[in-house]
Amino acid sequence: MKKFLALALALILSLSLVACGGGGSSKGSVYWLNFKPESDEALQQIAALYKEKKGVEVKVVTAASGTYSQTLTAEMDKSAPPTLFVVGNANSVKDWSSYALDLKDTPIAKELNTDAYNLYDENGKLVSIGYCFECYGIIVNPDLIEKAGHSMDELKNFAGLKAVAEDIHKNAATLGFDAFSSCDMDPSSSWRFTGHMVNLVYYYQERDGGSKWTECPATLSNDYVENYKNLYDLCINNSLTDPKDLATGGHDAEAEFKSGKAAFFVNGSWEYSAVSETVPNATMIPYYCGVSGEEKAGLNCGTENCWAVNAKASEADQQATMDFLVWLVTDPEASRIAVDTFGAMPYKNAQESTNKFLAAADQYAANGCYVMDWATNYQPAVDDYRAALVSALNAYNADQSAANWETVRTAMIDGWAAQYKAQNG
Amino acid sequence: MSKKPTGGNSLRRQMRKWSPLFLAAVVAAFAIGFVWPFVQGIYLSFCKFRLIRDAELIGFGNYLTALQDEGFRKAFWYTAGFAIVSLVLINVLAFAVAYALTQGIRGSNLYRTVFFMPNLIGGIVLGYIWSMIFDGILHRYGTSIVENSTWGFWGLVILVCWQQIGYMMIIYIAGLQAVPEDMLEAAKIDGANKWQTLFKVTIPNVMPSITICTFLGLTNGFKLFDQNLALTGGMPIITMADGTSIKTTEMLALNIYSTFYNSKSTYPGVAQAKAVLFFLLVAGLGLAQLAYTRKREVQQ
Repeated sequence: MKKFLALALALILSLSLVACGGGGSSKGSVYWLNFKPESDEALQQIAALYKEKKGVEVKVVTAASGTYSQTLTAEMDKSAPPTLFVVGNANSVKDWSSYALDLKDTPIAKELNTDAYNLYDENGKLVSIGYCFECYGIIVNPDLIEKAGHSMDELKNFAGLKAVAEDIHKNAATLGFDAFSSCDMDPSSSWRFTGHMVNLVYYYQERDGGSKWTECPATLSNDYVENYKNLYDLCINNSLTDPKDLATGGHDAEAEFKSGKAAFFVNGSWEYSAVSETVPNATMIPYYCGVSGEEKAGLNCGTENCWAVNAKASEADQQATMDFLVWLVTDPEASRIAVDTFGAMPYKNAQESTNKFLAAADQYAANGCYVMDWATNYQPAVDDYRAALVSALNAYNADQSAANWETVRTAMIDGWAAQYKAQNG
Repeated sequence: MSKKPTGGNSLRRQMRKWSPLFLAAVVAAFAIGFVWPFVQGIYLSFCKFRLIRDAELIGFGNYLTALQDEGFRKAFWYTAGFAIVSLVLINVLAFAVAYALTQGIRGSNLYRTVFFMPNLIGGIVLGYIWSMIFDGILHRYGTSIVENSTWGFWGLVILVCWQQIGYMMIIYIAGLQAVPEDMLEAAKIDGANKWQTLFKVTIPNVMPSITICTFLGLTNGFKLFDQNLALTGGMPIITMADGTSIKTTEMLALNIYSTFYNSKSTYPGVAQAKAVLFFLLVAGLGLAQLAYTRKREVQQ
């Protein structure tokens, strides 16, 4: 018995020593908690490349779709937590600021070519820095527009977009395609409307205020709700799918667009690699919604892809992480993979992007159009806020009455104030 | 070489000697997997934390916030209503099926297997499958399971009935098979009709099964999470005039889960406090119900 106990104790002791020694090599190691399942493969490739070139282990773990927050909470509590994680919006900065290293004047921050995508906390600490930027708007298949007897030049404002979309929808049976792909309201698709399209409501208010938001405003005005309604109505009423069938989803909007069944697809630059397989000349236009002067509107550009370095990791691990990041944005081979995966990277020595949607965003900016920044990143209690909006939109889709629209307005505007109050009051 | 142990005494000695070793594994698993997280959970309900290791004691504040939360109170009543309805339906139907399948009809074993099978499918998968079934039907009437809270409620009831009736049926079949034949025969000789035999002989004899099944039904009803998350996720949400919103089909466990991942910094603690209250409620109800039904069991 004694022998056995001694053996068991020795085993436990040695196991715990192994566990303690796991993350503590003098060279330091990198553990990247990634939040986008679609980029996991490329990140694993980058990690293998770094190991091959520099001999340092990079562990990449990707949270399952929609569970990043849960995974991050669990992983950060472990004895070997992530050294590199994503802090991509105002809520996240609040939650994780105390676990993030101040990145001001660090080697990776010096590689940036813009401060536009960086996130600071209320004390001015640089909590996270953008590693790529994206854009969203309405993806268009120019061939189908032409086929329907129209031209891309007509898509310069809401009136033009409406005329084209309604004409295509009216003639869908003869054309063999419809205007908009499905606008499902299930969790895999609703964010296109409750997270992205709704940005126009916030962005124009922000612009009216004269300066970029630096923190979540306590209230919103109703000024641009009607503009949202213009565009939203156009999307759901001139689409392949009856608005009444959108609540539980089940339609593949991407496949509809790729197979030429729809001319318009509300989405973002991350869709480029998928869409360009079958629609190589696909392009992206802004959210035209009837705001005056919108002929000068550009795409919605911003990011939620921001790196934070764990302030509680060992110095060796922090250094290893920093070295890895600098290598990633400067090494031609690595940054090529990263740029092809993420779209475009705001770093001086990173490779150029080949994403045509981002090129379209640049073209709009070059033509003097205003960039609609991602004010949507300030949505308070984002999950609850969006869920209430989805529910209101479901009721509206089933019956497009004024009363149901009023509920959508309440969820969008008063819901913001209520969530803000619950969080900060 | 030592002498081979012979006789019962030696065997008992050996068992006494080695039993702690075998017990230790179970005790350790129980302590690591249950006791420690449970104690830590209670401690955390008095703390403000984002990560467990940085918990900071703040007293009873979390409990106050939890009790003042209208969503939590609403979820409680909703859960209670659901638990009662599903408890009654599951048990009545499971008993009826078990009774029918112990009457010696052809293919009883096949039926038992078929009825039991839904219980083998996970709650999330079931939720998604049933949401497709319900929407396939509700679509004809221009609505959806996530648009109508009444359908949401009954959808959930139908789902858990479908999942749990087979399981409870097995317990009832075991109970029904244990009813002494001589009692049934005596009832028959005494002139009792089928209903009288059922209510005066059979049911009192299967009280232990009823106890187990009501206990399971009640606690399962209160603890339901995956099915709720996958079928409605709390939808539809009513937006009040002041912008606040109420999830009309959110049950307690889902409410706790969403509270934990809400981004307000004190909310993980509040969710933990809700979880402790939830435990007290389920444990209290379960024990009260056990004590109540045990009194009605027939000692054979």
